[in-house]
Amino acid sequence: MSVTRMFGASVKRREDPRLITGDGMFTDDFKLPGMLQMGVLRSPYAHARITRLDTAKAKALAGVHAVFTGKDLEGKVAPMPCAWLVPDADLKVPSYTAMATDTVRFVGDAVAIVVADDSYIADDALDLIEVEYDELPVVTNQEEALKPGAPQLYSDAPNNQAFHWKFRNGDADGALQRAEVRLKQRFIQQRLVPNAMEPRSSVADWNAGAGELTLYNTTQNPHIVRFLISVTQNIPEHKIRVIARDVGGGFGSKIPYYPGDALAIFASRMLKRPVRWTEDRRENFVATIHGRDQIIDVELGATRDGKMTGLKVTNLANMGAYLSLAAPGVPTWLFALIVPGCYTIQDYACDVYGVLTNTTPTDAYRGAGRPEAAFLIERMVDLLAGELHMDPVDVRRKNFIPASAFPYTNGGTLSYDSGDYDKSLDLALKMVDYEGFRQRQAEARQQGKGKHLGIGLSTYVEVCGLAPSKAAGAMGFQGGLWEPATVRVLATGKVIVLTGTNPHGQGEETTFAQLVSEELGVPVEDIDVVHGDTSAISMGWGTYGSRTTAVGGTAVLKATLKVVEKAKRLAAHLLEANVEDITHDHGRYYVAGSPTKVKTIQDIALMANLAWDMPEGMAPGLEENHFHDPTNFTFPFGAHICIVEVDEETGETKILRYIAVDDVGRVINPMIVDGQVQGGVAQGIGQALYEHAIYDERGNLTTGSMLDYTVPNATQIPFIETARTETPCPHNLTGVKGVGETGTIASSQAVVNAVCDALAPLGIKNIDMPLTPEKVWRTIQAARAGGTTGS
Amino acid sequence: MIPDNFSYLAPASLPEVWDALHEHPDDAKILAGGQSLIPLMKFRLANPAYLIDLRHVPDMDTLAERDGALVLGAMVREAALERSPLIQQRYPGIHDASAVVADPLVRNWATVGGNLAHADPANDHPAMMLALGARVVAQSPRGRRELSIDDFLVDTMETALQPDEVLVEIHVPQPAARSGSAYLKLERKVGDYAIAAVGVQLAFDGEVISHAGIGLTNVGPKAIRAQQAEAFLVGKQPSDETVREAARLAAQAADPTADLRGPVEYKRAIVRTLTARALRLAAQRATALA
Amino acid sequence: MKQSIRVTVNGEEHTSEVEPRTLLVTYLREQLDLTGTHIGCDTGQCGACTVMLDGQPVKSCMVLAVQADGAQVGTVEGLAANGKYHPIQDAFWEKHGLQCGFCTPGMMIAAVGLLERNPDPSDAEIREQLEGNLCRCTGYQNIVAAVRSAAEAMRAGNAQPVATSGASGAGAAGGVAGGVAGGEEA
Repeated sequence: MSVTRMFGASVKRREDPRLITGDGMFTDDFKLPGMLQMGVLRSPYAHARITRLDTAKAKALAGVHAVFTGKDLEGKVAPMPCAWLVPDADLKVPSYTAMATDTVRFVGDAVAIVVADDSYIADDALDLIEVEYDELPVVTNQEEALKPGAPQLYSDAPNNQAFHWKFRNGDADGALQRAEVRLKQRFIQQRLVPNAMEPRSSVADWNAGAGELTLYNTTQNPHIVRFLISVTQNIPEHKIRVIARDVGGGFGSKIPYYPGDALAIFASRMLKRPVRWTEDRRENFVATIHGRDQIIDVELGATRDGKMTGLKVTNLANMGAYLSLAAPGVPTWLFALIVPGCYTIQDYACDVYGVLTNTTPTDAYRGAGRPEAAFLIERMVDLLAGELHMDPVDVRRKNFIPASAFPYTNGGTLSYDSGDYDKSLDLALKMVDYEGFRQRQAEARQQGKGKHLGIGLSTYVEVCGLAPSKAAGAMGFQGGLWEPATVRVLATGKVIVLTGTNPHGQGEETTFAQLVSEELGVPVEDIDVVHGDTSAISMGWGTYGSRTTAVGGTAVLKATLKVVEKAKRLAAHLLEANVEDITHDHGRYYVAGSPTKVKTIQDIALMANLAWDMPEGMAPGLEENHFHDPTNFTFPFGAHICIVEVDEETGETKILRYIAVDDVGRVINPMIVDGQVQGGVAQGIGQALYEHAIYDERGNLTTGSMLDYTVPNATQIPFIETARTETPCPHNLTGVKGVGETGTIASSQAVVNAVCDALAPLGIKNIDMPLTPEKVWRTIQAARAGGTTGS
Repeated sequence: MIPDNFSYLAPASLPEVWDALHEHPDDAKILAGGQSLIPLMKFRLANPAYLIDLRHVPDMDTLAERDGALVLGAMVREAALERSPLIQQRYPGIHDASAVVADPLVRNWATVGGNLAHADPANDHPAMMLALGARVVAQSPRGRRELSIDDFLVDTMETALQPDEVLVEIHVPQPAARSGSAYLKLERKVGDYAIAAVGVQLAFDGEVISHAGIGLTNVGPKAIRAQQAEAFLVGKQPSDETVREAARLAAQAADPTADLRGPVEYKRAIVRTLTARALRLAAQRATALA
Repeated sequence: MKQSIRVTVNGEEHTSEVEPRTLLVTYLREQLDLTGTHIGCDTGQCGACTVMLDGQPVKSCMVLAVQADGAQVGTVEGLAANGKYHPIQDAFWEKHGLQCGFCTPGMMIAAVGLLERNPDPSDAEIREQLEGNLCRCTGYQNIVAAVRSAAEAMRAGNAQPVATSGASGAGAAGGVAGGVAGGEEA
């Protein structure tokens, strides 16, 4: 194909052919010679002491090779690490062993493993392990857990408090005292189960002779896994290879390194055979991290004409029974700094309590902290509008950071790179015909037919493109957040691009190829983007936090430009011209003004790889590396609008329209960007209307399968109307801000605002997510009866 | 998530099925589509030692009108019901019900006989069959017997089938000239059990309701017939007021328990709403047919 | 005790020994090495394991391998034929109907089942008929677009809906039931 503009083109994805033919390689698809299958016995109790554990019958079953318990790990496998040690927060990190030895602390805590010829035998053997437990008192709710007299999970974490983290900017108390209007509200960010469609899986292959481990793993960040294996299983880092070929969705749940991974490695080392472990969905529900679960109290101060002046937030975050890998960073740094949103509020205080409970550990789930922040401020804006009888559009405009003010330091001390909030709002309002809708709504209210129409706005800003490594260090993140890239042009003109990010559905095998193609003039088909293999790629921090293209893509672009630079110098040599006179387009290098005498990138690549005729001092080969560490986060923004109809008789909410106007900076592949937005919005709608992980008082997850936990299906998600404004990121070369989390961060509050708008005539101000028909019905009943209205 | 071991039998005739049942009276289960049974076995909530698959037994997939009744073989797949023009035109309530059983993929393999014989109060056909006054045909070495759907449904997961009996057919009386049926369901999500569902059938004599059938799904230990509501409707025109009162009576007949799908009063309210809506729809269909 | 079954998968006949409890999906993945069919939920909710069974898309984690004795099974590996993608594959690629790709094989098989029965479904019908297949990445929008686009391609000229021995009654050998034979031949 001829190379035209690749940046901005909806190129069909390079990753799709293998995935639409069944030729993709997900971790469970790997079968190694002699491979055994591991099963994990999990605690059925949320809090109990193990008084007896007898594995004899399981060991005796034909086809069983070994049964291991927590005691077998001692001295061999160190506890699971927590790698976000938030500073100045009195942080307590409880010991999280891969299998419990004496006390189990959540339903799903691993107790024993079986290694057998196949998964069916392993399942049978798990049934034969005899365990007796002494039940201990259980606490699952973070507010209860903090109270005096609550069951204690650890002797060294009094009141179950894992940390108390504070943020202060300006004088929030003073601002609130001086405020003409003060509003208080509690929001419940319910617990969610990420439910990537591919369950987690590991195939561990220990090569005893070489002292080498190969781990096939469904992970978002293979290099982090390599590092963590090295420090917890005493294998030198250079003797570990982690491979993540196709990864079936992650949404944050495949960031952590899990007990199941550690145990598969341990079993492979003990038995000197490859060992595969793949969780079933039931295990996924209890033993893969959950998301959100925060109780957030807010107080907002404002003037009577709608100017927000002060904000205080207290967040009780349910961390679960242990601190998962990145967990402490989620309700703190990733939440608090962006709470002021698109608005000029400066006097702001936030307290976050991380609380240990007898539940599955929580950690990053799509958006991680930022959906909670956007929800909070966007709901408060609507509540303020309701209180002041103002239009929510007007309150937003009154408080927007003006386009002329960027770069702008927000109330959370973040330096917003660029933005134009009115512009995206204008476009969204135009698309939805806001005035027209308000008129139709007024008419419908007059007729009063048992169906309530409502409209909800969300003008959001997110902090993405994680992140400057310096910021990571300051926040206590035990890693860097830079990215390397290698661009290697082979003798035949084919190109290999290496990236330390690990896209798993986001399409960077295509978008990175587009970036390279654009600059290098090599067709996209000739460019392979390699990721997910620690032996091929030097280092990398992975795919999450909408960072892959903003950080990893920038590294790729810079490495590509270095290749172009070398190609130019080589072309000058081959054309016997001065390098300053060389120009290039579409992979053709020539002296400016004489385009007939040309060296193509393929000619140059061949010569560079043969090195028969190189300029003085130029090394052979056509390959460049770049290590990119961003100077700032990125700040995508936009305006989402949702229109709903609520059925008073059943409580059902139907989304009639959903409009998403996003500004994610420059766009490399619009088709992929739209897809990211659509999928993200679907997850936000899932939280708003359907999804809820519920524990009973004994700590059982009552919504522990896809039967009881609603992952939305095709009829539950509406058509999403997408549009974009484009405000480039000023501090990276691509201009890209990132889009992976946008839809999720923007959407839940648009839906809830719409339902609350629909029900406002009944005096209803707030309903906690998810807005199930039953909950909405109950709220309407109470309002009709003159009872509480959820405020 | 793997079933325990069992032996699998696939007899080629009813007598062979009976033989197998006779040999394993305590630990055999009949397998039709298996779309309820196999998940139970995967959870190891059901551990039969023998599974007797009906798929090779002949003449189990009749779908035709015969002698004044719709005859449904026990092995008729839900998808076949859903796609049958006969069902769509003449038995819209059955069509409605078959179209909301689980999801389209499950419906391709699930059977109407399995749906009834499993006797889960959350299954959709029992309530619709109550509304339609269906009869169930069971066969055993002792012969063939017909029983009303009311008698067939005994309790949660319990039918009147004897250990040696196999459900072979369901007979639904052909609809009267001016009649209509409907089945409406509210669920949290596809594939979940209903919060509640309501099946109704109305027959008219002129403008007046001459017969009413109302069955309720998942608001009691088994599918419930809303008798008082049925009786109330007969002899009346389906005015707004009449429909409202019948719906209220149906809600009274419901005997739900609180669970993740909602508290008792919500489920009752949903029965009321769905009954009213189903009655209106059935009346409309009766008019359209007339 | 193992039992012998004879199953035709993607047009190829296999005689295998299986335990009666072996799920069809386990048989396909572990014994026949057809790993394109995935296991997502184990409880019959997600549809990642959808395959054609005698012309009808079903969830292969809810069917025993012994139940498929004598049957025709079609998996994603059999969708393309004669070196050409099935129109549903082309459409999923063209319309960006997949992101991580894990649900995709099951989603495509379910869609083929729909299109063979209903060559011109509305968007609402597509969404309803895909209710048994969950996707966590796409929000379904581009899946719906892909199915609509495949329907157009299949209706237009050469690309007739592939025959099945099931619901459509076409009764042709092969087809999706057997091997999802490509509908590309003139």
